[in-house]
Amino acid sequence: MSDIILNIENITKSFPRVIANKKVTFDIKKNAVHAILGENGAGKSTLVKILYGLLEPDEGNIKLNNKNFKVNSPAESRKQGIGMVFQHFSLFDSLSVKENLILGIDEKMSYSDLENKLENISSRYNLPLDLDAPITALSAGEKQRVEIVRILLQDPQILIMDEPTSVLTPQEVESLFVTLNALVKEGRTILYITHKLEEVISICDTVTIMRNGEIIDTSSTSNQTAKTLATKMLGQKLDDFKTNYEHIKDEVNFEVKNISCDFNDPFLTDLKNISFQVRVGEIYGIAGVAGNGQSELMDILTGENINIKSGSINFDNKKIEKYGPQKRRDLSISFVPENRLGHSAVPELSLSDNILLSQFPKNNFIKNGIILKNNVDDFANNVIKEFNVITPGNDAKASSLSGGNLQKYVIGREISSKPKILIISHPTWGIDAGAEHSIRESLIDLSKNGTSIIVISQDLDELIEITHQISVIYDGNLSNPLKTSEVEIEKLGLLMGGKK
Amino acid sequence: MNNFLPSLVSRSQSSSLMNFLVPIISILLTLITGSIIFILLGFDPLYALYTFFISPISSSYGISELLVKATPLALIAIGLSYCFKNNIYNIGAEGQLTMGAIFGGGIGILFHDTNAFWLLPLMIFAGAIGGALWGLIPAILKSKFNTNEILTSLMLVYVALYILDFLVVGPWKDPFGFSFPKSRPFSEAGRMPLLFDGLRVHFGLIIALFLIFASWFIFSKTMFGFQLKVSGHSPKAARYAGFNQTTLVFSAFAICGAFAGIAGLAEVSGPIGLLYRDISPNYGFTAIIVAFLGRLHPIGIIFASLVIALTYLGAEDAQLFLQIPSAVGFIFQGLVLFYLLGAELLINYRFTYKKLI
Repeated sequence: MSDIILNIENITKSFPRVIANKKVTFDIKKNAVHAILGENGAGKSTLVKILYGLLEPDEGNIKLNNKNFKVNSPAESRKQGIGMVFQHFSLFDSLSVKENLILGIDEKMSYSDLENKLENISSRYNLPLDLDAPITALSAGEKQRVEIVRILLQDPQILIMDEPTSVLTPQEVESLFVTLNALVKEGRTILYITHKLEEVISICDTVTIMRNGEIIDTSSTSNQTAKTLATKMLGQKLDDFKTNYEHIKDEVNFEVKNISCDFNDPFLTDLKNISFQVRVGEIYGIAGVAGNGQSELMDILTGENINIKSGSINFDNKKIEKYGPQKRRDLSISFVPENRLGHSAVPELSLSDNILLSQFPKNNFIKNGIILKNNVDDFANNVIKEFNVITPGNDAKASSLSGGNLQKYVIGREISSKPKILIISHPTWGIDAGAEHSIRESLIDLSKNGTSIIVISQDLDELIEITHQISVIYDGNLSNPLKTSEVEIEKLGLLMGGKK
Repeated sequence: MNNFLPSLVSRSQSSSLMNFLVPIISILLTLITGSIIFILLGFDPLYALYTFFISPISSSYGISELLVKATPLALIAIGLSYCFKNNIYNIGAEGQLTMGAIFGGGIGILFHDTNAFWLLPLMIFAGAIGGALWGLIPAILKSKFNTNEILTSLMLVYVALYILDFLVVGPWKDPFGFSFPKSRPFSEAGRMPLLFDGLRVHFGLIIALFLIFASWFIFSKTMFGFQLKVSGHSPKAARYAGFNQTTLVFSAFAICGAFAGIAGLAEVSGPIGLLYRDISPNYGFTAIIVAFLGRLHPIGIIFASLVIALTYLGAEDAQLFLQIPSAVGFIFQGLVLFYLLGAELLINYRFTYKKLI
């Protein structure tokens, strides 16, 4: 008797700029917890979306119980016995638990049948639910329980869990694991998507490691340690970069001291006692897997969020943690947030107009409240020329530029005013190799001229290429910095996976 | 099963030509629908449309009346565009207009025996203050308690109307007015000067044109106008730029309230000459249509105010010559708004019958 429930063979899926899955091949055993481990962008989500009928593969076969498996929608996938619990819940907040469950059922079922079934599921799998409570009143863990029960009503053979612990408290994680064990004991199979090394080792039987869309390894977790997993997840990053430390001065230019911030929101990560120092001319990298507090930290560094619980940001002998963005720009601190369209640039406005979003004291753009159009246009033309932005002119709408060109433009706008500090998040996210190279080069040049740069990025190659020090953010905690020229990839991997 | 119902899919690029044509298409569709309604009522559609849209403006008196109606509409609509550009849905301009009339008119009643030159400027100023203060109430509620400005601004309309009602039947009642619910008339110095002898078009028109021009300058040349635009398009970018959202909300409401207040004062010190219950045939609400029909652009708003003012006049003529209730005017206004919103939707979205996941 075969104990393989799902054969995945040669699955390939490409998107316009990337191949998300390259000939992905592995088997999933029945009655086990199977982990898929990988960094952001490794191709995990693409693979499970194919399994769940949200994406269609370009090539390859999937067999469920030795029969060909091809689905075009989540409903079909559920019918075939595959259910999925997403990281972000899809529940109606104003309705009760019961109403949400009724809405989620595909087939017809009488009301008393439903209640019996629910009671059965709740007690069998350690999923207590208050059926009449409105969803708004539930914690993240309880909402997840509703999602799991909703899927279990369809009696799936395979349950896909996408980063299930990311929104849970430690106690809720414990109770989720009890549920998962009960499900496996009954003969179900769980496909567990994660980047947390500890969870792979403690509850998964088998682990498939993905990197850059390819399968690196599939093996039993019993002979793996967090260290071996980390190395396989990250691979051997290029290590012969000549990081140049000569121009860095000893003087600390920018200091973040014991910043803590609570959000009371399961989808935001609280920041816990974050401290770091950046010296004059230094590029300081903050690595980490997405959703570990990067965007929350970025908002605090830019001044878009000034409601911190404790701590301070020190620059130029001032405490600036309560300064808004404009007041920080007045001190020559400049920012580039991760999202170009709608955050660092307004897509509907022209390139010239977009210059006005970020003004420094030296810029002569406004006089008595009136925009000096000529000065703004000159500045825009200069950025376009200097940073090789491909566009018909400064009156083109920002939305008409490609991602790479717009990013060059936005970074050019910030760099042109020669800031003392540049804080930049994911500088080369989603852009082509040429733009990527020129942006990294301009950041290095800027640091050589004495600007201190803080780079938040998930791209380890990028951080290793351009930074002088790297620390890792995990669950709102920031590690001590490591010198980039001496950093061991294994150590970074452990930190990113939450192991000290 | 879902396949019978079309779904809306967003267009990647909206056509700028269509964007420009939307108001014209909406007006054409309104005329077509209007003709159908006239036919169903048993009228010759061409004659009815002529009575409605041409005959009212075929004399200099008619043109003057058109301008009298268009003045408050354009003035309020340009004020509303400060709010709408910033995605603030102030629909309480009618209340702000009423408060402006009360404040400005109050000054007129207080100084009813003065004929000094400063009376009218003071009344205009008071009208602006009254409207702005009334507009600031929803602004405060929105920024302090995160209340929905659509609801609060609308509810405040009725509060303002009842205050006016109370004043003209109570403390401000004309002592020589035989107990009619109206105030005593303002003195000659408290009236808007007429622009032409024998015609009702008054100095309010000049004020409106000046404020429309000033708004054009503010929208296109100043940092304040830029901030309104950015925070309307993308609040996140406005936060990144460091624009103060609270200041923007307060200024938009205050400016809109002041403009509506001036419009209210111009009505009572212009054609009316005193305070009474029905000072405005819903100018404050109709101006919302004018603002959108004019695409929130000063020039567009001038044209839109003329078109909508015509529906007021047409309704009066239709009542007179065709014996159709004057509410037909509101039907035309409703149709324009309906087609405008529909066309707006279709610029940004298209129908598809394909099943979505």
